[in-house]
Amino acid sequence: MSPWVIGFSVFFAYPLVTTAYLSFTHYDLLSSPRWVGLANYRFMGADPNFWPGVRNSLWMIVFFVPATVVFAFCVALTVSKARRGAGVLRTIFYLPTLAPPVAATLGFVYLFNARTGPVDKILGWLHLPQPLWFDDPHLSKPSLTLLGMWGVGTIMIIFLASLLDVPEQLYEAAELDGANAWQRLVHVTLPAISPVILFAVVTGVIDALQYFTQGYVAGTVAGGGDSGVGSGGSLGYPEGSTLFYPVWLFQQGFQYFNMGYASAMAVALFVIALAVTIVLLRSARHWVSGVEGVQ
Amino acid sequence: MTSTVATRVDPLPTPSRQRRQHVLLLVAQHSITIALAIAFLVPFVFITLTALMTDGQALSPRLWPSPFRWSNFYDVFANTDLLRYAGNTLLYAGLSTVGVLLSSVPVAYALARLRWRGRNLALIIVLAAMMLPSQVTIVPQYVMFAKLGWVGHLSPLIVPNFFGDAFSIFLLRQFFLTIPEEYSDSARCDGAGEWRILLKVVVPLARPAIAAVGLFSFLYAWNDFFGPLLYVGEARGNWTLSVALANFRSLYHVQWNLTMAATLLFMLPVVLLFFAAQKAFVQGVTLTGVKG
Repeated sequence: MSPWVIGFSVFFAYPLVTTAYLSFTHYDLLSSPRWVGLANYRFMGADPNFWPGVRNSLWMIVFFVPATVVFAFCVALTVSKARRGAGVLRTIFYLPTLAPPVAATLGFVYLFNARTGPVDKILGWLHLPQPLWFDDPHLSKPSLTLLGMWGVGTIMIIFLASLLDVPEQLYEAAELDGANAWQRLVHVTLPAISPVILFAVVTGVIDALQYFTQGYVAGTVAGGGDSGVGSGGSLGYPEGSTLFYPVWLFQQGFQYFNMGYASAMAVALFVIALAVTIVLLRSARHWVSGVEGVQ
Repeated sequence: MTSTVATRVDPLPTPSRQRRQHVLLLVAQHSITIALAIAFLVPFVFITLTALMTDGQALSPRLWPSPFRWSNFYDVFANTDLLRYAGNTLLYAGLSTVGVLLSSVPVAYALARLRWRGRNLALIIVLAAMMLPSQVTIVPQYVMFAKLGWVGHLSPLIVPNFFGDAFSIFLLRQFFLTIPEEYSDSARCDGAGEWRILLKVVVPLARPAIAAVGLFSFLYAWNDFFGPLLYVGEARGNWTLSVALANFRSLYHVQWNLTMAATLLFMLPVVLLFFAAQKAFVQGVTLTGVKG
């Protein structure tokens, strides 16, 4: 065991404690950390990009997570109802999940490219409005949500497995009692798979708090040519709408080398992640069947 | 003809209406399924079509390439260091996978089967590490690797994998728990040590789970963007495909058609890997969710 105890201490416990310590210092990697008390935390209030980052990440938790979880469930339900070709369908719906996030994001930025992308071309033929998608500050996050819905394969497979595990007798009993399809869904299916829904929501929220790659790539690529690594020229393009909390943390810590402030942001992220997880697991007692919390 | 129709006519009006409703429902269900399947495939189709267009076409209102410009794929390799980035990515993904498997299998075994003080605490730490956003510990890790002079190299991305990966440990532990204890007990009676039991009894039985963990580790590294951006973002010679592709358009002043060709080439190995090992994938994904 000992090599792995060392591993965990070096890559997990030590960084966790050090993050907390550094959050009270000013540190630029060149000179040694200088104690500044709560200054980093106070600066969050004045930092013009901190609250937009919080708002954007909150948007992901409130809209992105429910949209992807509900969509994954609907897709899984569709596959589970298919009489033939369930295997082929499962493959088709899982395939986009495999696309590397950077590749998938690039593909979507092109597909939804204003005017010249295929989606707007088709909308143009149909004489429908051609939105600016990734170039419109109001539509950039919904566009990223579409990208997220394209890649719901993992959760979809987990839903599908649990849907197929629901005992057939439960449906038969409900049908004998005169329940229609909708009632069977609400009173049989959903309670039976509620632990998996909880799992999907908790992991979804944790992923949303870390949402970085797609936002960063969409912002820089859609933002145009001046975006090379590190320049931050089109950070959060358009109009800061893709400046998610982790993107700003990355910028502060590893482009501006404000290591102390980035640590303070990391501590705040840790506290939020912990709080959200605890609230979700607590609420689980009321709506997840047969378990007290998870495990 | 008439006779068949006659037999189908139902004397009672309600069941026939019910049947018609049933048929309609089935049609609706099938149309939704087919529409969904098309929606999931369409992005791949457009990416492929664009990868075969000339630059002018990619910006024109046309959606179908004419002529098909297969040389785009050659141009991508000729104009960029794609092969080098692919090599770096393969190095990162390959060594990470080896590291994860070497380190996580024994830890998972210890957590699932051996009795030792602090085992439950260790399990809780593994779970916590799995839930923790990676950005929380990234600053001190970066500082540590900066002091070692490793920033700009792939080693900060590879080496930690040799010290265990929380997700893999958890997944393997869950699978090891399902292996009947009698197997290892009988080996123990024959005088086998724990390492021998692990290698000769448990590992062969857990091959599907180990395959899944290996695949996930490989994919994670192949797809990873944050890690390479952080450590080799400024060292172009050590770029992985993710970082290279994110900078593709601005850096090489390339057009959408070439960008899509490169995107397609980046996706291809992963898709091939999936079709080669589909069963291990689905089993692995299911294992994470159902037991989680």
